[in-house]
Amino acid sequence: MWKETVDYLTVDLLGLTGRVNDAVNFFIYDTIKIWFLLITIIFVVSYLRTHFNTEYVRAYLQGKSLIFGNVLAALFGIITPFCSCSAVPLFLGFIQARIPIGVTFSFLISSPMNNEIAIALLFGIFGWKVTVIYIGFGLLVAVVGGYIIGKMNMEKYILLDVKPMDGELEMIQIKMTFQQRAREAWDYSKDIFTKIWIYVLIGVGIGAFIHGYIPAEFIASWAGAGNPFAVPIAVLMGIPMYSNAAGVMPLVEVLTSKGMMLGTALSFMMAVTALSLPEAMILKRIIHIRLIAIFFGIVGLGIICIGYIFNFIF
Amino acid sequence: MKIEILGTGCAKCKALEEIAKQAMVQRGGFHTVEKVEDPIAIMEYGVMSTPGLVVDGAVKSSGKLLSLAEMLKILDE
Repeated sequence: MWKETVDYLTVDLLGLTGRVNDAVNFFIYDTIKIWFLLITIIFVVSYLRTHFNTEYVRAYLQGKSLIFGNVLAALFGIITPFCSCSAVPLFLGFIQARIPIGVTFSFLISSPMNNEIAIALLFGIFGWKVTVIYIGFGLLVAVVGGYIIGKMNMEKYILLDVKPMDGELEMIQIKMTFQQRAREAWDYSKDIFTKIWIYVLIGVGIGAFIHGYIPAEFIASWAGAGNPFAVPIAVLMGIPMYSNAAGVMPLVEVLTSKGMMLGTALSFMMAVTALSLPEAMILKRIIHIRLIAIFFGIVGLGIICIGYIFNFIF
Repeated sequence: MKIEILGTGCAKCKALEEIAKQAMVQRGGFHTVEKVEDPIAIMEYGVMSTPGLVVDGAVKSSGKLLSLAEMLKILDE
């Protein structure tokens, strides 16, 4: 229905044809669709979030067994917010509660990768199948990556001396009415949307131009099946793009429709969200650079493997 | 009252400090507003999502940028 409305607007009302119509139609259709889905999904996730804050997650994870703890931590990563400026207190808080370093890393990997903005964009752009695959493999990288880091005896690389707390944390129940939760979720959605709508607009704008004017052969020759190094190159390119995820993802859609392979696209998007340079810089204040390098190395390798497996299957 | 703002220096933490100061101006009286940036000190309050708000040693909110009205309500309690 939305498609027909946009068609009516660009073809009948504005009288556009050919390439110009392609680009303008695509731009209007995609921008509004992504904006709508962003607001809806961020609202739903932030409503759920009013039931679990980070302090609650910590109390819940305390004393859980190793692999089970990794899985739970990765799952909680979907729902809890992540801001790189919170990485330090979060990391120290987990260590203080005697949560194993491997479980902590499962959470640190999953939380930014499975954030609500990335999920909303993926859902809006690629549909539910790719979204489920992205979340599923994202969780896998978080669980396995965290487990491996946990097995490597990395405790000596924590630079601050954290005193483990005695006893168990109390589970804090958050008491709020439905209205209060909805209000908070709405405020949060509004806050995020005002920050990222412009990136979506720019991303779709560039995408619309590529969609209408750049031939498919050009992109296919760089990022298609012909280039065996497309996946690692895509991962390296994704690292510095964290803050622009909202603008990068609409671009990826156009690239895949023009012949970029889906596994390459998936690796790129995971690298954008999971490997963030600002987060690494902040963590450097409390953990040794060697541990950060291992963390990036394991996650990077995992993402590259996923890309190759995907390109091979599809 | 002694108000402490827990935060490692992100934009939201600075904004919360400003709101706390505005709230103090509105209420009047003798209060102090202090910024706590040391991660160990923040951890000792059990706060993991910044910014955190501590009033007279008790944690009142974490991970949220409060509005002036919300801040005043917490301080009235």
